[in-house]
Amino acid sequence: MDNLLLMMAPLFSSKLLIVLIFGTLFGLILGVLPGLGPTTGGALILPFTMTLDPLSAIVLLTSIYCAGTYGGAITAVLINTPGTPAAAATCLDGYPLAQKGEAGRALGMATVSSTVGGIFSVIVLVFFAPVLAQLAYEFGQPEYFALAIFGLTMLASIGEGSPIKNLIAGAFGILISTIGKDFMTSIDRFTYGINELSVGIGFIPVVVGLFAISEMLTQSTLLDQVFKRVALKAVKLPSLDDYKKTWKTILRSSGIGSFIGVLPAEGGTVASLIGYSEAKRFSKEPEEFGKGSIEGIAGAEAANNAATGGAMVPTLALGIPGSATTAVILTGLIIHGVRPGPDLFREQPDFLYGIFGAMLIANVLFFIFGFFGAKLFARITLVPNKILWPMIFAVSVCGTYSLSQSIIDVWIMLFFGVLGFFMRRFGFSVVPVIIGLILGELVEGTLRQSLVIFDGNWLMFLTRPIALTFFILSLIALAFPLLRSKKQKK
Amino acid sequence: MNNVRNKKRANKSLPFFFKDEFKVFFVIIFVSTILLVTTFTFDKVPPILNRGIQPATFPKGLLVLIMFLTAVIYYLSFKNPWKKEKKLPKPFFLTILSFILFIIISKTLDFFLAISVLSIFVSYNWGEKRIIYLLLVGILFPLVVFIFFEMILGLRFPPGIITNLYYY
Repeated sequence: MDNLLLMMAPLFSSKLLIVLIFGTLFGLILGVLPGLGPTTGGALILPFTMTLDPLSAIVLLTSIYCAGTYGGAITAVLINTPGTPAAAATCLDGYPLAQKGEAGRALGMATVSSTVGGIFSVIVLVFFAPVLAQLAYEFGQPEYFALAIFGLTMLASIGEGSPIKNLIAGAFGILISTIGKDFMTSIDRFTYGINELSVGIGFIPVVVGLFAISEMLTQSTLLDQVFKRVALKAVKLPSLDDYKKTWKTILRSSGIGSFIGVLPAEGGTVASLIGYSEAKRFSKEPEEFGKGSIEGIAGAEAANNAATGGAMVPTLALGIPGSATTAVILTGLIIHGVRPGPDLFREQPDFLYGIFGAMLIANVLFFIFGFFGAKLFARITLVPNKILWPMIFAVSVCGTYSLSQSIIDVWIMLFFGVLGFFMRRFGFSVVPVIIGLILGELVEGTLRQSLVIFDGNWLMFLTRPIALTFFILSLIALAFPLLRSKKQKK
Repeated sequence: MNNVRNKKRANKSLPFFFKDEFKVFFVIIFVSTILLVTTFTFDKVPPILNRGIQPATFPKGLLVLIMFLTAVIYYLSFKNPWKKEKKLPKPFFLTILSFILFIIISKTLDFFLAISVLSIFVSYNWGEKRIIYLLLVGILFPLVVFIFFEMILGLRFPPGIITNLYYY
């Protein structure tokens, strides 16, 4: 009961409510604009959160996360271009249905299923995160090392694209985290005599570079692309028949999305693809998929929004991000002096339940804004890229500069922008780099401290049951893509 | 489907050093080798202070792993060649050029002048020819961003010929 009251706290604080409304609106705009999204938007707004108290800052970031994930559906349905990668599966049926003159029905289903998926995942978060945090009390350095390795192998296993390329990208992310003074011995590594590199490479320049700047370069190659927009009169609530047809799909996808979200991977993107394919597998009319199936929209949208709450579970309970956007949220927590992990649950329940409540309210808010304002948000895509992206560049540069007031950070951002463009061009996902960067210190620190405990004996890892379990799971995760590709060949 | 097959075939007919697979393999191995050599120059911790492993060991392990995995993807590409990517268009190279201009101007003249020049340069080369819009993205918007960051975050931007007019 107490926790429920704590969850409702944002409703009774005018400041938090304003932050929530702003975050939801901003998240919707980011979600609608192709190429932007909650990860880039979160990274760009991170410097502004320094003017807020920790709870308001995280509420802002989480509301952007929830609304941004949904916002991608609007463009997916109306212009056949996913606003966010997580909405890619929504295009498959959303756009064909819109072309049949039922854009309002398609968006109505996307809005309802996103909201249900989002709320479902917050419930999972509320119940599951404290349990996981409690479990984390049993973890020592070797267990955390094994867990981080498991997280990285999961990235390879169920992330988008080639598993080996994902592993390379993850290892590269960890390598970036080793730049600067070694945190145990203060010995310089990869600094090449540049003083600014002694403190290491900041998270924000890398994120903004890999997401915003590389996307700007991608947009420069797509200038001749013409979007065909489908007219939208108004968003319509699904009919009783639609509900009857989709309620099982929505619940199934909500479960899938929450589960996928908990695993450290590309959260919503993978969740929506699995949610969509499972919806097709269980459907009585699988032949309708790809031609405007309402179940397809429900399956994809419920799953991608359900991944938001799921991804927050390991982020808050263990300090291990479940997706790229939660990596940004994790950075926000650290910047504001909040250390995620089991102690957070014991010492600051009001803070945590405030976040849970804010996510719940954000899901309701984007339902309202999406239902009444989708037409308006869709118009944002009319802003031409030749105007929009120079503006985004200006904000990216100032935002990156502002955190450490270092011009080197801006150059690092540009370097990672170019690198990110070529990585994406050759099929390397940039998300593992982000996760690797944020997990890097944990991986190396726990490995080295474990070896101190074990007196340098690597085999001692195998004597710890929890660590051993994570290592076995990691091996399974690595074997999974091989088995999957063999099955597909058959 | 046919299109993808044709692209793959086109990529297959190229000499190996022109193929994307080789270029990516070469760049990763080359950079990793340089970094690996660098790790041998890291200071070593005396045995009495050494807790666990030397500071160079972990990055060395990562670099070897990256090189090994890169060799694996290159080997796999013999069986499954990557699809050939389209040639990069002129606006892409102009955008890269604008980044270089940005670095030079921000270092030598002024941070905000650099943002304005880049914004106008990119916007113009992406097809915006209307003066009013170029002024909007090149002057008005950066000015709003500057004032916003300066006032709300209390940020002090690096000195330069234009920024100094505001500060002094």
